[in-house]
Order: sequence, then structure tokens, then C-alpha cells
Amino acid sequence: MPEQTKTKLTPKTLARQAYKELWLKGNSTCPGCSLSLALRWTLKALGPNTCIVAPASCTNVVVGLYPKSASAVPFTNMVFAGGASAASGIKAALRARGQHDTNVLVWAGDGGTFDIGIQALSGAAERGDDLIYVCYDNEAYMNTGTQRSGATPFGAITTTTPAGKNEHKKDLMAIMTGHHLDYLATACSSYPMDLYEKITKARTYRGLKFIHLFAPCPPGWRFQARHAIKVGQLAVQTGMWVLYEIEHGRMRLTGPSKRLAKPDAKMKPLSDYLKMQGRFRLATGAIYDELERWVRQNWQDIRDRLARETAEPAGPESRDD
Amino acid sequence: MTEVRNQRDASPGANGAAPERPMLPAASRVVTGNEASAWAARYARVQVISAYPITPQTTIVEKLGDWADSGEMPVEFIRVESEHSVMSALVGASLAGARCFTATSGQGLLYMAEPVHWAAGARLPIVNVCVGRGIAPPWNIWADHHDSLSVRDSGWMICYAANHQEIFDSVLMAFRICEDERVFLPMLICHEGFTQSHTAGPVDIPDHRQVDDYLPTVPPEGWPHTFMDPSRPTSHGLLNMPDAGFFYEIRANVARAHDRARPVIGEAVDAFERAFGRRYGGLVAEYRTDGAEAVLLAIGTLADQAEACVNVCRDRGLPIGSVKVRFVRPFPIEEMRDLARRFKVLAVMERDIDFGVRGGIVAGDVRSAIQGHADAKVLPVIAGLGGRDVSVDEQVAVAEKALEVARTGKLDDEVLWLGRKE
Repeated sequence: MPEQTKTKLTPKTLARQAYKELWLKGNSTCPGCSLSLALRWTLKALGPNTCIVAPASCTNVVVGLYPKSASAVPFTNMVFAGGASAASGIKAALRARGQHDTNVLVWAGDGGTFDIGIQALSGAAERGDDLIYVCYDNEAYMNTGTQRSGATPFGAITTTTPAGKNEHKKDLMAIMTGHHLDYLATACSSYPMDLYEKITKARTYRGLKFIHLFAPCPPGWRFQARHAIKVGQLAVQTGMWVLYEIEHGRMRLTGPSKRLAKPDAKMKPLSDYLKMQGRFRLATGAIYDELERWVRQNWQDIRDRLARETAEPAGPESRDD
Repeated sequence: MTEVRNQRDASPGANGAAPERPMLPAASRVVTGNEASAWAARYARVQVISAYPITPQTTIVEKLGDWADSGEMPVEFIRVESEHSVMSALVGASLAGARCFTATSGQGLLYMAEPVHWAAGARLPIVNVCVGRGIAPPWNIWADHHDSLSVRDSGWMICYAANHQEIFDSVLMAFRICEDERVFLPMLICHEGFTQSHTAGPVDIPDHRQVDDYLPTVPPEGWPHTFMDPSRPTSHGLLNMPDAGFFYEIRANVARAHDRARPVIGEAVDAFERAFGRRYGGLVAEYRTDGAEAVLLAIGTLADQAEACVNVCRDRGLPIGSVKVRFVRPFPIEEMRDLARRFKVLAVMERDIDFGVRGGIVAGDVRSAIQGHADAKVLPVIAGLGGRDVSVDEQVAVAEKALEVARTGKLDDEVLWLGRKE
């Protein structure tokens, strides 16, 4: 069962608990990159007994140019579509050698998860391979210069959707929920304590644990690097991104999303989030209305689910708690 | 649900306990080519298998899956959702220090091509049995060499086994060669769909102790050159800049490893003969070449059949010998030059076409190897594509053509298309 965190996590207590840096400075991120921040906190939660697989994504560059590496734990780049399966192989080899307690982390972008990597991810999830899979979602192919992916939101400008994307973001969490995982969660790089808690909890489960991490990208989303944290916070505060976890099939909102669940909760206007980003400069009028409708619908689905779960008795697995 | 997932913990080797080492006795079995491959993987004590079904390879991984589930074979068996994931999983597993095995065919090898290249570039000693099958379209599941030769330039060693015993023996030798510190490369062991995979023949399976003695021990701390070990953190596959980086040098090292593999293969063959009393050629194996004017070169079953053809020819007084090309990578360069000095014509028979080059893929390699070293003519022969039957009589016709070229010295860009409908 997941360990209960005793003390309230603040940046200060966290710094004490996990003083060791496993993702080193001097790596080659763009200014304001949320990937590096989130990976740093993820590794603080996982500790040094961890191996990382990074299928093609910004991380392949960020980790550093040979022979330098920002990773203080074993790390391998991997082919785009093979992230989850390479991690399954590492885990199997470690098991074969009697090494059962090493965390194997897949650190994949949205392209490597929503699109080209979804087959391997689905396979590993269905097999219950003992991995932690983090999809850091910056909502487009950023390493190649901002092309649309299955994760790009409606209305967003990318280099392959210069008039704004015509389709909504794929509901990846619904897809992963369909794999009946024991633990899956969303997170956002602007809330590292929430991320830390979720990774810590994920460690206590067997099978594949899936974390969908919202990761704002200053150059790709067209905002100033100094706003990287603010943009992530606004995504949550406007309801565009929702923080939650699903344990044994039961959903629980976390962080600022918790208080937004009430039907009368006041969310910040979506425009607060959109207007900070050049990629949404065409998101006015009907496009804006459609994005707002999408956010409302998403929240309605979440409230419905929470209400249903409250009404239903807990499943057999939860009763064992 | 959690309980079901944890069931694998009950397998041998779980919870830190050392895996059991079952000792199997020597046995003479009548097995299919696919079963021979599976038995070899079992005797080699592979630690991680990842597999995806494809005809005609499927019965290899079915057999291994049986043994894995029954606990007869202590192995981590990952039943993945595609061939791309097969090789990705083995790249991960081999990186983390496990002896790895899989098998595939045709479209499957094409689909796994990307991590196949990665495995060689990362210098991982993975053994993959390719049961040759035609590449679609049109759809075909029978013997062909185009699938294995499609990864000719990937950096893998590529070996062709001509009969059932040779399949078993070649898989064992493959682990010894791949895991040699002078080499550290993956190897494709090829045999052919149905003609070998689904026909049965006698195979002498040695005592397990002998196999243990023949094969190197997998180092418990991982391979010396590459590892995923939290106590020795290293990063793999990093970006290399064109000038400041070492991409060029690292790729060139793969080529050097192929050169170093040549003598290692010879040593493995010698040691195999000492241990088991059976001998295969190194990169090539000659048959009745004494006094021959022309030789039939072939890979796989065509080479086995070429020996029957040579017997017929010799009975009729035709000066013909044959050469089984066992390895296409590393290519037997010196051996080809030697053959080209000794014989006037090299007729190269294979189940593939080098589109746009006039002839087969191996024939092209033979030509480039002997270029400037000897004046022998290379006669390309395309035969038995997609499992089309090749008769001994047809091979005799090739021998006659080769002797005619030897006599006249004339060969104009000619390709023999054996058994092709007009």
C-alpha cells in the first residue's frame, strides 16, 4: 500500500528529503524548460536506484552531447517507438539477474507516447510490466520545431497547423484508464510537490504506473521563458489541465484542481491562460468558445465520475485497504 | 489483478534467488528446423526472450513459450505486441547484461529493422533466428533470402545454416562469437521457411555440461563494455555532433568488429569441432572442389542441394565443386579471392534479387570482393524465390552453363533466372 506522507511537502522539506541531485545542471535545455525541472523532481522521488529510457524527444538533446551526460543514473536514448518495450527488456534482464528493486523509468514526450510510441506503451501496460512511464506533454513535436501531435490542443498553431489545429487533444488518460492500471495520475511541472508525491506513490505499486505530465514549452508555445511556471499554473487554475490520480480505479483530484470540482467553483477565465501564448493567437471567437466548451465538458465528465464513485461502494481491491 | 501480475514472481530466479540450472542429457532427436533453433536457445541458457508470432517462425517461440511457462526453462519471456518491440525489448535487456534470443521472419524482420540497426550500433550480442520468407507483395510465406539480406547493412553478422544439425550448432556458436570481447555484435542465424522450419530431421543434441563448457559464462555484473547498473551510472546512445563528436569513429568501430569477428568465427568453429566432433567451414565451406573448373556458390538449402548436384555432375565427369557461403556478414572476402584465383567461374545461387543491379545481392558482394584480385567470372543465379522448388536437375543446368562460360570465357551481363515462368 502507498506510504502516507507524514510531513507537509514544501520546497524546503523536499530539499531536505531529497538533497541529492540526480539530474545535473549544465544540461542543454532551452531557457525556462519544464522538462528538466520535472525530471529533476521525478528523480528526487525515485532515488539513485533507477534506470531511464528516453525514446526520441527533446530529452535526447537535453541530456547532453557525448561524452557528457546530465544523468547521474543509468540512462539510454532509444528509438522513437521503442521506449516502453526497451524498458520492459531492461526490467526483465534485471529480474533475470536477481535485481528486483531497481526502478525503470520511461521518460517520453507526447509524440513518443500519444502517437508513435502508443503501441509499445499499450503492450507494456497490458502485460503489467513493472515500469514507471512518464509522458511529459508539451503538446507538439518540439524537438523537431513544433509540429502538431495527437496531444496538440484544438486551435493551437504549430508549424504543420499554421491556421490552428482542427482537432482536440487525444484523451490519453482515458486510453490508459482502459488498461486497468493500479496507479495513474496527471501532474504539472509547475507543481513539483504534487509530482513528487505522485511519483513516490507510483513507486509502491507493481505493474505499469502512468504519469501524464503537463510540461509548458516557452519556444514552442510562444511565451517568455520567465513565465514557464505561471503558464502551467494558469493551465490548472483555468481548468484547462486537471490534476488528479486514479488508484485502483478510483479518481481523486489533487492540488488546486481539488477545489475546482465543486459545481459552483470559480475558475479563472480561459483567456488568462490562452493570451499568454502566441500559439493561441488565433483562438478567438468560435475557436475560443469551442475550447471553453471542451474544458466545461471535461470537468463535467470528471464531476460525473467522482459522483458515481462516491455513490458506488468501493471495489473489492479498495475494500482490502 | 495485482496477484495475477505478480505471478511471475513464482518463477525460478525471483526474489534474488539464483536461477536453477537444469542439466539436460545428450539426446538424438528428430526435430524440425524450428525446434532445433528452440533447443539450441534452451541449451544456451538464454535469459531473456522477447517474441512476436509470424509464419514460418512461430513454432520456435511457441516451443520456448511452452518451456518458459512450465518452468522447464528458467527465462524471462516477454510476449510483446510487435516485432519493433521485440528488438527494442532485447536492446534493453542486452544493455542490462542478459543473454538474449528471438526469432522472426520476412515482414517481421522488416518491421523490427529500426532497433535491429540500434542493436548493432550499441554492440549488443543478441542472437536472432530469421526463418526466411518472401517479402510482400504479393503475399508469400515461403523460403526466401530477401528478408535477412535486407538488414545486410545494419552491422549484424549474418549466418546461413544449410541443414537441421547446422541450425542447432550455429545458434550455439553464435552466442560464443557474439559475446567474444573482440566482437560484441549481434548475429542473425538464417534458415528457410518450411523447407527447413517445418521439415523434420535428426539432430544430435549434446550433453548440457558440454554446452556450458563451450559457451562463455554471462558475466553476472553485465557486459564489460555496456551496462545499465545504478552502481556504475553511464549514459548510452547520446547525441554526437559531426565534428566535435565521435559518430564517425563509433560507426567505424562496428566495421572493425566485423574484421575482428573473422578469426573469432574460425576459433569458434575449431573449438566446436574439438567439443562436439562436428566441423563446419569458417565463413565458407567447400565441397569436392578438387580439380573443379567452376564452382556453385550458394546460401542456405541451395548450398546443401548444390552438394547433391556436384555428386551428379562428378558422376557424369563434369569438373564442378560447390561452396556453401555460411556468412554473408562478415563477408568472406579473402575466401572469395582465393576461390576466384582457383576457379574460372563462380556461379552464385540465391533466393533474392538485387533490384537494379542485375543479379542477386550476394553475387554483387562476390564481385566486389574479387575485383582487381582475380579474373574469375561471376555468374549470378536467381533461384527459388518465395519457396519456388529448385530441382537438382536445374542446378546441374547451372553447372553446365558455368562450365560453358569457363570454356568460352564469355559472359555478358547475364543473369540466370532458374525456374522462372515465361
